[in-house]
Amino acid sequence: MSEPGFVSVSELGAGMIALRGDLRSKVFRKAAEAGTGLKLPAPCTIVWDGARALGWMAPDELLLVVPEGEGAVTVAALEHALAGQHALVADVSDARAMFHISGPGAREALAKLTPADLSPAAFPVGTLRRTRLGQVAGALWAEERGLTVLCFRSVAVYMRDLLADASHPDAALRVF
Amino acid sequence: MLYLKCPYCGQMADETELASGGQAHLRREGPDSSDSAFEAYLFLRDNPRGVHFERWRHAYGCGKWFHAARCTRTLEVFGTYRAQMGAPPQDILAAIAARRGETA
Repeated sequence: MSEPGFVSVSELGAGMIALRGDLRSKVFRKAAEAGTGLKLPAPCTIVWDGARALGWMAPDELLLVVPEGEGAVTVAALEHALAGQHALVADVSDARAMFHISGPGAREALAKLTPADLSPAAFPVGTLRRTRLGQVAGALWAEERGLTVLCFRSVAVYMRDLLADASHPDAALRVF
Repeated sequence: MLYLKCPYCGQMADETELASGGQAHLRREGPDSSDSAFEAYLFLRDNPRGVHFERWRHAYGCGKWFHAARCTRTLEVFGTYRAQMGAPPQDILAAIAARRGETA
């Protein structure tokens, strides 16, 4: 990025694991909680415990975020916990890119890119939404210290440019 | 702009987050059907001016297919329901009847 924008945008390295299964099944839920070490999130939310996060992506899909490099170990632990069940555990760390947007105006910068309502009332801390950002699909969630955007690695450069553009110092907004 | 509530994740999805799947509740004609019935299944679609049942996919969201009932004339949305339903549910039909009665 050529010049710093009105918010800070940084690309984060993280281990990411897609976990799919029947989220209505008690057996699956119990095993998933044991394997992830986190309480399963309610629809359209994300939960944290230290460096780990577990987000609700779809009625049959969760995303586990772990520190960078811990993907493979976590996959092994999850596969052990879910042994014998109809479930999918896939390390998608290299298939996804993650950006963190922080600073006053972070919500405004992202609101330029997505049809999602990002006002603090509609999108409080702990909310996760999969939506469109510019021309690509992405997921975003709100944390205490900003917003995190997740997209496919193949469009990471596009996303980086998009975020740089949206946070251009001459284009600062204060709406929320 | 068209907004539909995804019945799976409960989010109000913008038209640009959705992919249209055309007319809903088509009945598949199998290999034993006549050529004309198979042609109708493949190609012939209703194009009503009024209430239309459609398939939509929450493409940029949870990725699930669902059904929507809306009016092609006023763009009013009567409701959305799950893709597993073979026919519109009673509450959607009641909502349509109530609104149509009002505007008829």
